Amino acid sequence: MFGSLSHLALQEYWWVLVSLLGSLFVFLTFVQGGQTLLYTVGKTETERTMLVNSLGRKWELTFTTLVTFGGAFFASFPLFYSTSFGGAYWVWALILFSFIIQAVSYEYRSKPANFLGAKTYEIFLILNGALGTILIGTAVGTFFNGAMFSLNDMNQVNWATSTRGLEAVLTFHNVALGLSVFFLSRVLGALYFMNSVDSQAIFDRSKKQIIYNTIPFLVFFLYFLIRLVTKQGFAVDANGVVSMEGFKYLHNLIQMPLVLIILLLGVIGVLYGIFISIFKNSGKGIWFSGSGTVFAVLALFFLAGFNGTAFYPSIYDLQSSLTIQNASSSHFTLTAMSYVSLGVPFVLAYIWWVWKVMNTKKIDEAEMLEEDSHAY
Amino acid sequence: MLDAIDFTLVNWSRAQFALTAMYHWIFVPLTLGLGILIAIMETLYVKTGNEDWKKVTKFWMVLFGINFAIGVATGIILEFEFGTNWSNYSWFVGDIFGAPLAIEGIFAFFMESTFIAIMFFGWKKVSKKTHLAATWLTAIGANLSALWILVANAWMQYPVGMQFNPDTARNEMVSFWDVLFSKVAVFKFLHTTSSGFVLAAIFIIGISAWFILKGRHLAFARKSIAVAAIFGFVASIYVAFTGDSSARGVAHEQPMKFASFEGLYNGSEGAGLIALGFMSTTNTDPSNENLMDMNMKIEIPNILSYLAYLNWNAFVPGVNDLVYGNAKYGIMSSEEKMKRGRVAIAKLREFKDAKKSGNTELASQLKTEFMSPDFQKNYFKYFGYGYISDPNFLIPNVPLTFYSFHTMVILGFYFILFFFLAFLFVIRGKLVKKKGFLRLAIWTIPLAYIAQQAGWIVAEVGRQPWVIQDLMPTMAAVTKISSSTVQVTFWMFFVIFTLLLIAELKIMFRQIKIGPKMDGGNK
Repeated sequence: MFGSLSHLALQEYWWVLVSLLGSLFVFLTFVQGGQTLLYTVGKTETERTMLVNSLGRKWELTFTTLVTFGGAFFASFPLFYSTSFGGAYWVWALILFSFIIQAVSYEYRSKPANFLGAKTYEIFLILNGALGTILIGTAVGTFFNGAMFSLNDMNQVNWATSTRGLEAVLTFHNVALGLSVFFLSRVLGALYFMNSVDSQAIFDRSKKQIIYNTIPFLVFFLYFLIRLVTKQGFAVDANGVVSMEGFKYLHNLIQMPLVLIILLLGVIGVLYGIFISIFKNSGKGIWFSGSGTVFAVLALFFLAGFNGTAFYPSIYDLQSSLTIQNASSSHFTLTAMSYVSLGVPFVLAYIWWVWKVMNTKKIDEAEMLEEDSHAY
Repeated sequence: MLDAIDFTLVNWSRAQFALTAMYHWIFVPLTLGLGILIAIMETLYVKTGNEDWKKVTKFWMVLFGINFAIGVATGIILEFEFGTNWSNYSWFVGDIFGAPLAIEGIFAFFMESTFIAIMFFGWKKVSKKTHLAATWLTAIGANLSALWILVANAWMQYPVGMQFNPDTARNEMVSFWDVLFSKVAVFKFLHTTSSGFVLAAIFIIGISAWFILKGRHLAFARKSIAVAAIFGFVASIYVAFTGDSSARGVAHEQPMKFASFEGLYNGSEGAGLIALGFMSTTNTDPSNENLMDMNMKIEIPNILSYLAYLNWNAFVPGVNDLVYGNAKYGIMSSEEKMKRGRVAIAKLREFKDAKKSGNTELASQLKTEFMSPDFQKNYFKYFGYGYISDPNFLIPNVPLTFYSFHTMVILGFYFILFFFLAFLFVIRGKLVKKKGFLRLAIWTIPLAYIAQQAGWIVAEVGRQPWVIQDLMPTMAAVTKISSSTVQVTFWMFFVIFTLLLIAELKIMFRQIKIGPKMDGGNK
């Protein structure tokens, strides 16, 4: 089945899959956003415990999606893996560091004799929430603004700056995406609290936080989007030669109307979720804003990689830029992995089922006080 | 092909990877085994309806959770370090190596991380049977993730199912099944996971022994030990068998590593197995610090030949045979391999230059030559040797490999005896009275961890200098970055891992002290 597809078709298929994983990850950063709201939404110890426990049942899903995103990128576009991870060393090292401290914090926070104290683990969660989202968003920003690397003819990477990727923060357009992801994750976190915690006080405070965080999110995201469609982009011709093209991403939107529709659906979904939460006191906003996030991020990935665009451009050596064609795995590997990907719907199905089972009843104070419950 | 090699960078990069892998491996084996043991205990609860089994299950589940969290924390770094610190490697073999990592994420990690939520929080949300299924799926997910990462590791030790592509300058997969079912992968998986079962069984017996010595929770401790002793006994025998098969694979595919296991410098027919030995502190060969004689050894004749080749008189090559060659047994010298490796690298360079200069005819001719079966078999096969300038560099740290291997094997046999005794005392109902054995059980816990770490030292130090056997030495795989940058991240990770390890141990000890919530108080 997959074996008869052209190499390009497989590369496109895998770009869609990697994009989907990236989009699901951004939706699932409601965990990170929620972590940064622990002290603003939770005012008492019990409230914070409820918030931590509601997020604690989902954090591994976000974490696993990130790990799988990395693995899938490695398997399908290994040149990106070796170039970006090896090159932008500091960015990835800091992102990883922020996820190390997250992984233990849920389990250790409320355990007796936890050595560092509950507060430290809560600070770890907040750090992960802020650093993880801002840095990942900024790193993805380089998909549109480029990075400082060159590749030799053996495809070995040479990074041109000693700051090893941290220079991405000097481009405000990258940072704007980082901050958009950060504020969006906080909006999603608050929406998730409204959906999963049974407490009027938490519901009301979450609602307030949605308003406070939607405003900066919209400012940064709109800036990012407007700048994106008006800036030059990295075009690739049929021979693989990379050149700068004015309004490249706008052209991509026009030439790929489906992507434009996905982007609009995404934006509308995010805004509708926020709208019904604020004005209709609905707890279901997370589903609309969450789906909207998936659509919007998917559209951004498509803009970066499709329609003759270099998805990881080099501003140091333009011809070293990575495209889905020059960075991908072989036809054989992509075929084998495509068969593996047939299992993904099955995985999504059981995740959905477990989510439903676990969230049927909202988390409440009584559950936290149960003596033999496994609470964080 | 390579710029000047910065060995400080190579060593710090190796140190960082070793740090992460060894920390990670403190926690993973317990997760692998404890997951299965918890699932067995919960099965007993569901089958018998005895609430005590539920409480036994829940107690070990708490310790599982504490251990699992830090295992996840240390694990995320490993995957990404292939990119951050070994970027040349990531490209050179990413076409093959990335696949198992992706499959691990898609199938194993999601299974584990999804069902663990039901396992911990779903007692009142799903039926008994569904909960049991979730616990089993969590345990299976953990072991499946071990499968894929071990397949990836095995491929580095025994690269099969691939073909080098000079156009992309990388190895590409040609057979997924060869990668998945290579003999090295199969035995590595079976040996490694079952060693995790052994560690978890010892962990349960040791902690339960502590409860008995303290006179607390006797019913709980007896139940736990009964399950762990049977499980551990079977697993420990299985570990010995799979270890034997693994070692035979090493003898065939990584003879230098095998020679290091035994500290065998000069090969012989009917080679003996050193059951116990101490290496001299002086070098036999002044040019290589790893070449040392044995000061004392207890050797069992002919056994090594039999274990390696199933023939009592087979020739087992030693380090010197592999470095200097042995014409009698058809072993090529390292100098010759290095020469051939340099020819392969030069040919690739020539091809690349021809391509760059637009000389397509020459490029096409060079490519045909490069890909010819004769060139592949006689030159490309030794590609990695082309990076080596001194044959002594091909010798791993023999003393470290030798001692680690013998520590692991001796402890492995001790564990079989230990489980046998535990099993015997349980069925005779004498466990509570055997104070000496109970104390021994507590002290066996650190020994199990030592055996685990020793196993990985054997596997990873023993294969140096190769990151991919014969094709890529560690020094060619490293990311070009300043060594000071890697030093900073090394210490960053060292500090946080150590802090978290202390936290983990303190929490674990406190939870053990608190003990299970059994009816009837401490009885």
